[in-house]
Amino acid sequence: MLIAVLSGFILAAFAPWLARSVGDKAGWMLSLLPAGLFVYFLGFIPAVIEDGALVIHYTWIPGLDISLNFLVDGLSLLFALLISGIGTFIIIYAGGYLHGHPHLPRFYAIMFGFMASMIGLVLSDNLITLFVFWELTSITSYLLIGFDHENKHARWCALQGLLVTVAGGLALLAGLVMIGLAAGSFELSEILADGDVLREYPLYTAMVLLVLAGCFTKSAQVPFHFWLPNAMAAPTPVSAFLHSATMVKAGVYLLARLNPGLGGTDLWLYGLGIVGALTMFTGSFMALRSTGIKAVLAYTTVMALGTLTMLIGIGTELAITAAMTFLLAHALYKASLFMLAGALDHETGTKDILEMGGLRRLMPITFVTACVAALSLAGLPPLFGFIAKELMFEASLQAPGIAFFATVLAVASAIMIVAMAAVFATRPFLGDLKKTPKHPHEAPLSMLIGPVTLAALGLLFGVAAFIPAAAIVGSSVAAVYGAPVEVELYLWHGINLPLMLSILAVVAGVVLYRQWDRVLAMFERMTFIDRFGPERGYEHVMRGLDWIAAWQTGVLQNGYLRNYLTTIVLSTVVVTGWTFFFRADGAISLEDETGFTFYELGVAALVVMGAVVASVTSSRLGAVATLGMVGFGIALIYVLFSAPDLGITQIMVETLTVILLVLVLYRLPDFLNLSNPVVRMRDAAVAVSLGGLMTVLILAVNGVTVNDPISDQLVAWSVPEAHGRNIVNVILVDFRALDTLGEIFVVGLAAAGVYAMIRFRAEDKQK
Amino acid sequence: MESVMAVVVGALFAASVYMMLRRSLVKLVIGLILLSNAANLLIFTVSGLTRGKPPLIPEGMDLPAGGWADPLPQALILTAIVIGFGVLAFAVVLIRRAYEVVGEDDLDKMRSTDL
Repeated sequence: MLIAVLSGFILAAFAPWLARSVGDKAGWMLSLLPAGLFVYFLGFIPAVIEDGALVIHYTWIPGLDISLNFLVDGLSLLFALLISGIGTFIIIYAGGYLHGHPHLPRFYAIMFGFMASMIGLVLSDNLITLFVFWELTSITSYLLIGFDHENKHARWCALQGLLVTVAGGLALLAGLVMIGLAAGSFELSEILADGDVLREYPLYTAMVLLVLAGCFTKSAQVPFHFWLPNAMAAPTPVSAFLHSATMVKAGVYLLARLNPGLGGTDLWLYGLGIVGALTMFTGSFMALRSTGIKAVLAYTTVMALGTLTMLIGIGTELAITAAMTFLLAHALYKASLFMLAGALDHETGTKDILEMGGLRRLMPITFVTACVAALSLAGLPPLFGFIAKELMFEASLQAPGIAFFATVLAVASAIMIVAMAAVFATRPFLGDLKKTPKHPHEAPLSMLIGPVTLAALGLLFGVAAFIPAAAIVGSSVAAVYGAPVEVELYLWHGINLPLMLSILAVVAGVVLYRQWDRVLAMFERMTFIDRFGPERGYEHVMRGLDWIAAWQTGVLQNGYLRNYLTTIVLSTVVVTGWTFFFRADGAISLEDETGFTFYELGVAALVVMGAVVASVTSSRLGAVATLGMVGFGIALIYVLFSAPDLGITQIMVETLTVILLVLVLYRLPDFLNLSNPVVRMRDAAVAVSLGGLMTVLILAVNGVTVNDPISDQLVAWSVPEAHGRNIVNVILVDFRALDTLGEIFVVGLAAAGVYAMIRFRAEDKQK
Repeated sequence: MESVMAVVVGALFAASVYMMLRRSLVKLVIGLILLSNAANLLIFTVSGLTRGKPPLIPEGMDLPAGGWADPLPQALILTAIVIGFGVLAFAVVLIRRAYEVVGEDDLDKMRSTDL
């Protein structure tokens, strides 16, 4: 299993090289991997029907309790089969569609990376692993959408998709961590075994909202649906793959996956039900307004994602059955339609439906396949899409609480989708042949094998609905519902309300189709829809971010040392002070064990006075002199408190410092009063706040010993091991000799710098 | 003496920050000197003040007679004093050089030199 998941990543590394060396037929050859995976996953079907779920364990990071476990049940198997099966055709198709494209080898590499991430995502049992794969799909799909990277619009669309899904991903991560904390385990197989733990968790609402934020952005639910049509900037094989079976369905997958744990509450029902229904309606409405062949399909995908979300939200046995059936039907017809759209665009050179016409004689296979797939999209018998739509109506009618709302929106969407399916199947093919940028002829075999096979499967599953029901839909429904469910799918349900609604939808849809040109003309006048869409919101947010970034850079990186210093000092004082006084007890100890003598007090007073005078004097010489006073005072303190070596060093350094300052600074101009009294007072307040904090902190740690000093051992070693009697010197030249060597190096470097600058000056003067 | 030293260290920190907030380059250098002194004294104080017990071992013995002041902080401070002096020497010459090139002691008026 590990090899099955990782094989895509491995092949991604070699794919460019393979594609280059094999040439034209690389697509066919590379498709062997997903085909092999498909067969491998098929082999799991009997075991899943028998046992329900298999968990395959691999240890990954034992220290962090992250394992690489794979969960194979009906749901993950359904997705894995769709990804590998459709993936096979997509790779073949890409070989034809991008024939001769200079970046085709790179395309294969990213595509395999994406496919492997997606397979990993649906098979992960561990939430953290799942999240890693989730983000990998976002990143690889960014690369795929922006594949045409020299096109500015493509880059913009790719970035939009990435930002929306990754922002949601952050929320999702928080949600998943909460689930893990609530359940006490990050393994889905353990979490879902007892869903009540999650539902009774005090932060259940926040947890669900975070997870929904991740799923809704990924699966393009209202109001985040806008990125999906823009993702059509990608080459068509990408659109067919990402927007039929896979990436956008990752959100739906996770909702379905978590349904046994999080579902069954009002929040889940209304959140998913209402957002899903609105998305469904928005998708079909926007599809009706579009004339770009891929835009139409993108919006019908939004519709499908909304439908799935709504059905998972409703959560009854029937609704889950409908969701899984719809999922399979949609993947089959949508991948087929996308690939056909790509074939049309590839052969005619235009993406606008209105510019195509009369292609039935030139592209007969495409025409027939489009009709079959579109019938499935419209939900007409005997296609598999019909069964899915009937179930969807039935589930909406029985939905607890939102039955009326869901049904009305479902029927309205169905009407519009019937019209758009008819537009897709007839407009490019019927009527007179229109002049297109390229001379059209039938697409090559590599671009037809996928859509024909998938459309035929849609027909087969419709006529013989027991095959998918028994093989995979039944076990996937059980996985989502959380309990075994008897699933039987029939084409003919008898004369009942869902059938009536279907007939209504078809009749009204056909009427709408006949009036489509007038409807389009009407929509052209309704430009306000574009002005107030959520996409404008996205643009405002992005502009706002740019503005805040520019503003905060201007404020924080302003180029004034004193502003940086003030910020640093005040943050330190506030954060440390707040922690000390409000988080810790804020206790200080004024106890003085050592006591003090009058001469010690005198020295201390000298140091303080020196520091104060050095700060306020307007005479340079005075400042240097008082600075010397501070330095020598400190040397005295060292000597008084048992540190003779420090005292000697300090005296030497202080002498040199004073000489240096007198020699060099005396050539600089007199101190100028560059700031006014208000600024000086403000700076003094900042300075005193830090000084006060330091005083308080010293008093707080006074006499506190956390650990025994390690130097006792150094003292004990000093004579026997290092043969030295001055312990400080022994530490410097023996125990920490390397440190001292580094110090010598630093001082040497400084000396070299000083020498160089003085030399330059001398040379300047000679000129 | 710790409480007195706490005040001394606080005063040194305050004076150094105040000086570094000035616009004059020379005052910045004075601030740096005060800051390094303040930091050294801080370490010295919190590691414990001991009178008359330098970490020296008399001839013929293996340990200092009658206890000792912790030698490790002293070693660290000694390193810091020397490094501090190296930095200071470099900074002073650098400032002198900058003044010669720009002809200006005001930090605010030196902003364009990196263009």
